[in-house]
Amino acid sequence: MTQLQTVENLVGRGNTEGADLFRAWFTELEQTAATGGHAAYVFVMGSMAEILRTFEIPMVFPEINSLQTAIRRVAHQFLNEAEDYGYSPDICGYVKADVALQLRQGDHPMGKVPRPTVAVLTNACNTYVKWAEIWERMYQIPCFVLDVPGTRDIRSQSHPGDPSFENDRLYVEAQIKELINLCEQLTGRKFDIDRLREVLGHANRMNKAWQRVIDLNRTQPSVFNALTDGTIYLGVSNSFRGSSEGSRYFERLQEEMEYKSSQRIGTLTNEQYRLVFVGVPCYPIFRRFNEFFTEWNGTFVNSTYLWFASGGANRAFEYDLTRPLASLSEGTLLSVRDAMDSMFHQDRAVLEIAETFNIDGVVFHPIKSCRTVSTGLADGRRALMSARDIPSLFIESDMMDRRVVSEAQLKNRIDAFFEGLASRRLQQSAKS
Amino acid sequence: MAYATGVDVGSTQTKAIIIDESRQIIGRALTDTGANIILAAEKAFHLALDDAAVPEEEVEYIIGTGYGRYRVTFGNTQVTEISCHGRGAVHLFPKTRTVLDMGGQDTKAIRVGPDGNILDFCMNDKCAAGTGRFLGAAATALDIPLDQLGNTALQAEKAVRISTTCTVFAESEVLSWLGKGKKIEDILWGVHQSIASRSVGLLRRVGIEDELTFTGGVARNKGMIKALEESLELQLNVSADSHYLGALGAALFALDHIVSSRAPLAVEE
Repeated sequence: MTQLQTVENLVGRGNTEGADLFRAWFTELEQTAATGGHAAYVFVMGSMAEILRTFEIPMVFPEINSLQTAIRRVAHQFLNEAEDYGYSPDICGYVKADVALQLRQGDHPMGKVPRPTVAVLTNACNTYVKWAEIWERMYQIPCFVLDVPGTRDIRSQSHPGDPSFENDRLYVEAQIKELINLCEQLTGRKFDIDRLREVLGHANRMNKAWQRVIDLNRTQPSVFNALTDGTIYLGVSNSFRGSSEGSRYFERLQEEMEYKSSQRIGTLTNEQYRLVFVGVPCYPIFRRFNEFFTEWNGTFVNSTYLWFASGGANRAFEYDLTRPLASLSEGTLLSVRDAMDSMFHQDRAVLEIAETFNIDGVVFHPIKSCRTVSTGLADGRRALMSARDIPSLFIESDMMDRRVVSEAQLKNRIDAFFEGLASRRLQQSAKS
Repeated sequence: MAYATGVDVGSTQTKAIIIDESRQIIGRALTDTGANIILAAEKAFHLALDDAAVPEEEVEYIIGTGYGRYRVTFGNTQVTEISCHGRGAVHLFPKTRTVLDMGGQDTKAIRVGPDGNILDFCMNDKCAAGTGRFLGAAATALDIPLDQLGNTALQAEKAVRISTTCTVFAESEVLSWLGKGKKIEDILWGVHQSIASRSVGLLRRVGIEDELTFTGGVARNKGMIKALEESLELQLNVSADSHYLGALGAALFALDHIVSSRAPLAVEE
């Protein structure tokens, strides 16, 4: 095989295959909608995909459906419909787009989305519970809420091996058993622990490859853009978690990134600035938003989004297949707690990234729609600034609502940020 | 002699500055931006050339700044007004460490280094409250020319508290106070205090470090200078050219380019 053929075969494969998988996933959802089969509505911060996949219950991610309407530039139609129905402009844009989707009987730009027969959620986001209650009222479906315990206080968090951690883990395990009972009732199928082992095995392979892919972005130039490419990877990691397609996808993605890293093939031909993104992307102008940075030869090498929205892959936790339920409860406890921590202690994550990813700046992006991810960002930025001399940018917009996305204002701030980075670099080179 | 120009196309007014190689301002011009941004930029540039008595061909480099910077079609490149106000402020007041730029629809708090480099900045988001537009709304409601707002406000005896944070609603709130018999001067002083309060909030976000230079069109308003100084308990640097500091910064960046392009090439090892 010549190198040229290898480049052609490998570079960009993850994005192409990710898009293919995503289409296949929606095709399956359309079939479910057509046949009226079971569909679990789940969320990216603790989907319990491992259990649902064990019962072959198709999963619908309303957050992903909603952001897809923004990427496809039709979110405003969905938001307006929900607001016309009576929802306030101040309510989460993801929720409102989903409400409109339900009012449209599941008609989505990517296909027909099935109605939920069960909702499975965690307490990672305080809106999840209120959101699921909407489906409960609309469809009278059961809503399973996994209460993930654990303090967010970094000084008193429990860890595997601590007695208090074991208590928390048992609490989660008991709830997972309740979910298993619920799935048995819904599907009429008996829980198959060997099938769970198989699912966990696939999740292990995905987690391991995912961690390696992220680590490979320490390479200069970086091998993927955490904001744009990363969002594709997140889509697959959530919707194909625990499946052979998902684990194979990430192993092939790792192969691509290993190659790019070894050949020093970056996402930009002239990478000048390595940035970290904190928050949720600006989906209404997703491509343009990224261009504001790439036009200055800046790229995102990592993000907190890759962490808290990865559907459980964030910790690279390896399930112990000899004790599947105990291990699943431990992994769930750690990954969901960690996803919550990524929002409340993002300065820790950013500092850790800064140590190893050779970054030039941090972009904080609070969004109007989501208090959960946005409220602590000002604190996080101040903590970062007091800990390290890393330039940072604070820009506000939204992940759904184009009415609060001002391109001119965003560009102005981003341009000024890069002008500052450029002059800082000039000064540093003059000193050295 | 080479000359450098900065053209600052703001939301309300367009400013142009021409400097010589010794960084002295030799020409300046101001015109309303209006709907035709390209024309406004050209007009300001040519007026500044006339003011400087410099032929156009002797201007070696032009930088556009402000929201309309990409419409300075005759310019060589663009720099944001955030960087330009920082640079311009430090040039006029070398001890400047914080800049407050209050324009037609933007208020910017900027923290700068000794050389004018931007260390941090913060702006009003998605709302013109706390900007010149807020003053404009009050001027319209009270039927007072913009350039008399500050002096009128300084005659106040007791400020009326303006509670709205919306520029559109400000007009109706001003009218309601008029209806209640409040004096125009007191209402206007309340408007100035309200804007000052929002600006101070922005400044605190970036951190207020002495000296603080006030730039932008609203810096010509003496009432606003007083309201800010009272809120901050700090004396502001204000120049007769404060309105032009964005254009001045752009001209200084343009001169940097001229000078650096003349520097001998480094020998590659």
